[in-house]
Amino acid sequence: MEIAQIATIASKEFWDRIRNRWVLAVALVFTAFALVIAYFGAAQQGAVGFRSIDLTIASLVSLVIYLIPLIALVLGFDAIVGERERGSLDLLLSMPITRLELLLGKYFGLAAALAFSTIAGFGLVAIVLSAKLDLNALYHYFGFMLSSVLLGCAFLSLAVMLSVFAADRTRASGLAIATWFFFVLVFDLLLLGALVVTGGQWGGEIFPYLLLANPADVFRILNIFSLDDVRTLYGLATVFPRALADPWLLGLVMLAWIVVPLGIASWRFRK
Amino acid sequence: MASSLPPNDAGAPLIVAQGVRKHYGNIRAVDGVDLDIRSGELFGLIGHNGAGKSTLFKMMLGLTPTTAGDIRIDGALVTGRDFRAVRRTVGYLPENVVLYDNLTGLETLWFFARLKGVSPAEAGPTLERVGLAHAAKRRVREYSKGMRQRLGFAQALLGKPRILFLDEPTTGLDPEAIRSFYATLRQLRSEGVTTVITSHILAEIQERVDRIAIMAAGKVQARGTVQDLREQVDLPLWFSVRVSKEDFEAVRAALSHLQVEAIEAHDDHVKVRCRREAKMAVIEALARLDGRVRDLTVREPSLEDVFFGFSD
Repeated sequence: MEIAQIATIASKEFWDRIRNRWVLAVALVFTAFALVIAYFGAAQQGAVGFRSIDLTIASLVSLVIYLIPLIALVLGFDAIVGERERGSLDLLLSMPITRLELLLGKYFGLAAALAFSTIAGFGLVAIVLSAKLDLNALYHYFGFMLSSVLLGCAFLSLAVMLSVFAADRTRASGLAIATWFFFVLVFDLLLLGALVVTGGQWGGEIFPYLLLANPADVFRILNIFSLDDVRTLYGLATVFPRALADPWLLGLVMLAWIVVPLGIASWRFRK
Repeated sequence: MASSLPPNDAGAPLIVAQGVRKHYGNIRAVDGVDLDIRSGELFGLIGHNGAGKSTLFKMMLGLTPTTAGDIRIDGALVTGRDFRAVRRTVGYLPENVVLYDNLTGLETLWFFARLKGVSPAEAGPTLERVGLAHAAKRRVREYSKGMRQRLGFAQALLGKPRILFLDEPTTGLDPEAIRSFYATLRQLRSEGVTTVITSHILAEIQERVDRIAIMAAGKVQARGTVQDLREQVDLPLWFSVRVSKEDFEAVRAALSHLQVEAIEAHDDHVKVRCRREAKMAVIEALARLDGRVRDLTVREPSLEDVFFGFSD
């Protein structure tokens, strides 16, 4: 494997997103949402202004869990199928480059663009709020940013996998939307439904493990469990064993969500 | 790198395909092709759509694996361990090349130069070579079809490849650009570059290549110089004899004892079809009609005729 080839593809993908202002637009969306949530998050309770970092992060998590998977899927769904459909894939593959290098270059370039806009967008908010945050709060906020990047990378990996499997861009975009629906909207409902229907008889013990089968849930657990104010609010603590809530373990699960789809994509792409 | 490989002996086989097959289920896209393309030659690959030439092209580049048989460039398998070394000696222009609209011409060449491990400093002179220096800093989005084609060709020339694979390279070029394109190819040939080219425009290719291979139904039906193929297929010649109407019968009488296949009367001329062996006899017979024949043209079978002779 030649790192230089991966870097060439990755830097093209990254600079493409900088030049067409994709990175700027996404960063601004994140900044705007985060500021609105931080200052007006409690407006329904009749209060305006910054409350606590815990509550701000809890609100941001509920937003990010919808937004980042969608952005990542839209960013990555045509990575390979787009080149194939436009007709530029053959030329790329005729270069002294392997399919794995091309795939990884695409992934890393897009992941860098997504990570950069996430960190820039939410980082700007941290700077704005810095006077109101102590070290502990900053630590939590930093954890939230890092886990957001991981969440984006996991869904980007799924998107790149779809873009290898899909026969054309239309199908790839359909698959991307379906993936978002499944993981973000349907998955938790199905689990809850199964629990309720069986009266908690079935699945009570494997329920926490099933949550790990969804990167969006892993992201939620990662953030909610580190916040004492919020954990009780969510009631998650009652079903989720503390041992499983180790951030390192959850981080590893997230990493698996990045590596496994990419591995499958690479296997398929070589066929 | 290309420069680290020793130059080939002129005329030695450089690209060798042996028993190459590509089957997609029951479809035999390429069905047992043997081919050797010699170092330094300009080789034309022609055939109808679906004849298998594009598939063969992709297998020569190592883009598509073969179902059976193997393809070697300079002795190395195109899909083998040495594929990187092989690819660095090869330039490829795909049919209907698609480049990146958001990059400028110069940036496009920088990108491909980095992938090929070539100095980006080559980009400028290469753009000049294909006549795009004036558009170097314009986005490809603003390029015409012909300019895109030339930029695609420039990309193929990066790294001074020893072999060029050009798939329908003159699509979208105006006649002037086609002439300068072939002038560049001739110059590259004199520098020892081997070129494999496909084209639908057979008349364009026939005076400009050293050898051709005609593909049909996944097989190479014939190969050789254009003259070799004309002789192999043994197609008839056509004479067009300009005479006035009242002399038509005299022409017919003069040719009656010869092996002439057909005589057709038109307004002011007679068309005569005969075998190559009868050519000189027909000319002598017409010369005896002194004064009455006002003009005479001979039409040799074109590559088109040869092509249809083999592929039908």
